[in-house]
Amino acid sequence: MGCEAMEVEGISGLEFQKKQNVAIVGAGMTLWRRRLLETGRELSYLAVKQALEEAGLTLDSVEAVVMGSAPDAFDGVHMKGDYLLDGAGGSDRPYIRVFVGGGTGVFAPIAGYWHVASGLFDVVLVVCEEKMSSVHPHAQTAFRYIWDPILERPLRPNLTWIFAMEMRRYMEVNKVKHEDIALVAVKNKRNALDHPCAQLAERITVEDVLNSEPIALPVRRLDISPPSDGAAALVMVAEHLARRLTDEPVWVTGVGWSLDTTWWTNRDLYFPRYVAEAAKMAYKMAHITDPRKQIDVVEPYDPFDYKELHHLEGLGLARKGEAPILTREGVTERDGDLPVCPSGGLLGVGNPIAAAMGVKACEIYWQLAYRAGKRQVKKEVTTGLCQAWGDLMQIGTVMIMSNKRP
Amino acid sequence: MVAVVGVGFSGFSATTPEVSWKELMYEAAVRAYEDAGINPRRDVDSFVTCAEDFYEGFAIFDEFVPDQLGAVLKPTCTICADFLYGLAMAYMQIKSGLADIVVVEAHSKASDIKTFGNVIKLAMDPIWLRPIGSAHPYYLAGLEMRLYMHRRGISEEDIARVVVKNKRNALLNPSAPYAAKLTIEDALNSPKVFDPLKRAEIAERADGCVVFVLASDEIARKLTDSPVWLRGVGWWSETSGYDTASFSALYAYKAAKMAYKMAGIADPAKEVDFAEVDDRFAFKELQHIEALQLVRGSDIRALISEGYFERDGGKPVNVSGGSLGCGNLLECTGGQKALEVVLQLRKEAGKRQIDDCEVGVAQAWRYLPTNSGAVAVFGV
Amino acid sequence: MGRAGGEEVMVSPEPRAVKKMEWLRACPPYAQGTPLREGDIREKRVTFVEDHPDIRYSWAAGQAISKFLNGLKEGKIYGVKCNKCERIMVPPRMFCELCYKPIDEWVELKDTGTVLTFSISYVGPDAERLPEPAIPAVIEIDGASPGMGILHVLGEVKPEDVYIGMRVKAVWKDEKEREGAITDIKYWKPLEVRK
Repeated sequence: MGCEAMEVEGISGLEFQKKQNVAIVGAGMTLWRRRLLETGRELSYLAVKQALEEAGLTLDSVEAVVMGSAPDAFDGVHMKGDYLLDGAGGSDRPYIRVFVGGGTGVFAPIAGYWHVASGLFDVVLVVCEEKMSSVHPHAQTAFRYIWDPILERPLRPNLTWIFAMEMRRYMEVNKVKHEDIALVAVKNKRNALDHPCAQLAERITVEDVLNSEPIALPVRRLDISPPSDGAAALVMVAEHLARRLTDEPVWVTGVGWSLDTTWWTNRDLYFPRYVAEAAKMAYKMAHITDPRKQIDVVEPYDPFDYKELHHLEGLGLARKGEAPILTREGVTERDGDLPVCPSGGLLGVGNPIAAAMGVKACEIYWQLAYRAGKRQVKKEVTTGLCQAWGDLMQIGTVMIMSNKRP
Repeated sequence: MVAVVGVGFSGFSATTPEVSWKELMYEAAVRAYEDAGINPRRDVDSFVTCAEDFYEGFAIFDEFVPDQLGAVLKPTCTICADFLYGLAMAYMQIKSGLADIVVVEAHSKASDIKTFGNVIKLAMDPIWLRPIGSAHPYYLAGLEMRLYMHRRGISEEDIARVVVKNKRNALLNPSAPYAAKLTIEDALNSPKVFDPLKRAEIAERADGCVVFVLASDEIARKLTDSPVWLRGVGWWSETSGYDTASFSALYAYKAAKMAYKMAGIADPAKEVDFAEVDDRFAFKELQHIEALQLVRGSDIRALISEGYFERDGGKPVNVSGGSLGCGNLLECTGGQKALEVVLQLRKEAGKRQIDDCEVGVAQAWRYLPTNSGAVAVFGV
Repeated sequence: MGRAGGEEVMVSPEPRAVKKMEWLRACPPYAQGTPLREGDIREKRVTFVEDHPDIRYSWAAGQAISKFLNGLKEGKIYGVKCNKCERIMVPPRMFCELCYKPIDEWVELKDTGTVLTFSISYVGPDAERLPEPAIPAVIEIDGASPGMGILHVLGEVKPEDVYIGMRVKAVWKDEKEREGAITDIKYWKPLEVRK
């Protein structure tokens, strides 16, 4: 079976590609649970199947695939991008895996965006998968290896340490009480009751949060999102195809990402400046000058309850220290003026690291397409924003979408 | 069009115990920025690094990249792929208007890995492949080699010629740690560690880092009088299953097809002047030369014994010494290939310089146990 | 216009019109996946394959950190200075990441500092419960620029007495026990007790 003679059309001198607008026309996700029977490939397949169904396309039409998946240590497979590709629809086509820690959930769609926007591809599938249950004794074990091996690992740190220290700094500098932060966990877990994939949806109170098991104070069990298995997928297409496929394409209008220094102990953690930089880049691209007024719905990354507040301030949607007040006043509820995490977020639905795309990018897409069912926010929506974060308090990834014709 | 306006590298050496990976990257990056004449803090719009966690020994490697590249608080990302894929990402970023100047980096600190065989084994399917036997996974390459030799009628001698050529080419490359003057007999007598794969046919590991600075054509013309154009990129994955793979480097064929189309190259055998292909197992060089359509219709056995792929032959391949001479640089392998192509096109390859070259191809595979790879076409 | 795929996109025709009304109701319309309990694995009710990879690395510390570790062995904490932005930085590095140039000099810092933030942790690296809580903290080192902290742990102090701004001092291992590692400092203890 050697290589046959290749047919290449003679197109020398032709400009290969031109910039084009990008729309999302379909999304899908699997159930999210602490441990699922399905393998990583099977989870990817289920999410892709649902996304293609919504888009009205078959896999043959997909020209390239972008995979987002977080530490290989979870699955126990090195180069797991390659291992997963058959389940993710990546066989026999250009396929690549991107990985920026927890920021991958919004970064993979950004990578999908530039595949189409560059003009090289018209139909791109973005898949994010995570199987945190494979590693034993606990998913946390894989997080042992994110630390600097010489200066930090010998101190036997747990992942929650950095969050706990950041939370304390945030509370101290902004004079925020734990009660106000706990309101976020209450809101998101309640919102998640309307999400079919949710792992931890329930009605809890602020007291429940404050009385829950201390993990690394000030962080307590109900302040944290759980490890999860799950997958999510998105279909991104070029403008000329979007209209043929659906009456409600959702356009990607802005993207941004920024990585801060590895030396996290040299930074004041109370404000995520890397999120601010990423947001700045995205706002500029989307021509947004007054985010608080122009963004209708937002899904910031909420692996911990205080993180939602932290990121809202980083995104410029609240002044420093103002986010807890907005929460207390109900502004961030689904029927509020600035709904935040209408999906239930990571706190309510689950946190399969990269697959968090399902409640970030996919959710904003569904909200703007008016397909979020019971989770649909009350107000009219035109522009939405999703954001993810990752690493040692380092990366901010932001994507802005709109249902208005570009 | 997208151009390469600066290149820098550090290494390549068998080990680099005196520097950490950060310092290795810093050195390569500083040289690339000097070459391009830019200040990364001010001029660079995006950074793309290429790394796999288990090659580095960290979970989430992109945590550890920004400082040494000058990327603090700038758009920076990591892809889990070879350097050539990084070039493709940078190409798309520039073409979509997200960036005007993009830096691409990949490195190898293979000397930090104490259990390399086990790392490769970890990439094998945990249910179907990994539990079988306890041999070092290089046997997978041995299996493919036997099939390839059988299908194409390639002899041990043909493959020995690849080893001799590349190691001898490396003698003229001051950055190649594994240069050697071997005879065909030396190569043939090398012990068969994974029959039919011989020890001399396996590239040894090396450390190093390669950094490229890419720019849109407008910016490129301002920065340099002699940009090298990245005319085409392609990347492809066949499958991860050993049961359905083609074992004929189909990934390279398809990736090349994509890259040639972008570059407007209709007849590679005629239009491509030289190539740097992945030869981390010597037989792979022949497989990749065929997959890249560099010898369409001709008998590769006859060509290699005639010296067609030598530096002074009709189609020089791996003039740098290839991976057999420069070392297995893990995800930086494509970087070493691309570096050589660019240096040759700029006429900066010193004693290795090929005369009259205008179009060069760099190709890399993602190594065992994958069937994925990428190709980049450069031209002046 | 050339495209990498080269083929026409196939849009499935009729069925779309029917499906559309269903999709418009609520997405995702269904959630597939089979949840398992921990007991299912422990009691082997599901088929699984186990692997215990043996993967080891030995990272070259490099110039900057090697010198830092040697300093720790001598009971000293070293930082570096960049003359352009005039920051004195710790942990040390060979280049200033903001000015993007090599650092200019090494500076010996004190072994006292201020707590910038901290936590009271009841979990270890594998999420196991700790009998006594650990107190990790980011400690700004005296002699370095403001905000220059390192990660370490506190000791000889009750959790409820720790506060941001607390002044602490390093407690070193005995000279002969030091090996040139971050653990040559056992922990940091309060300089004075808050009244």
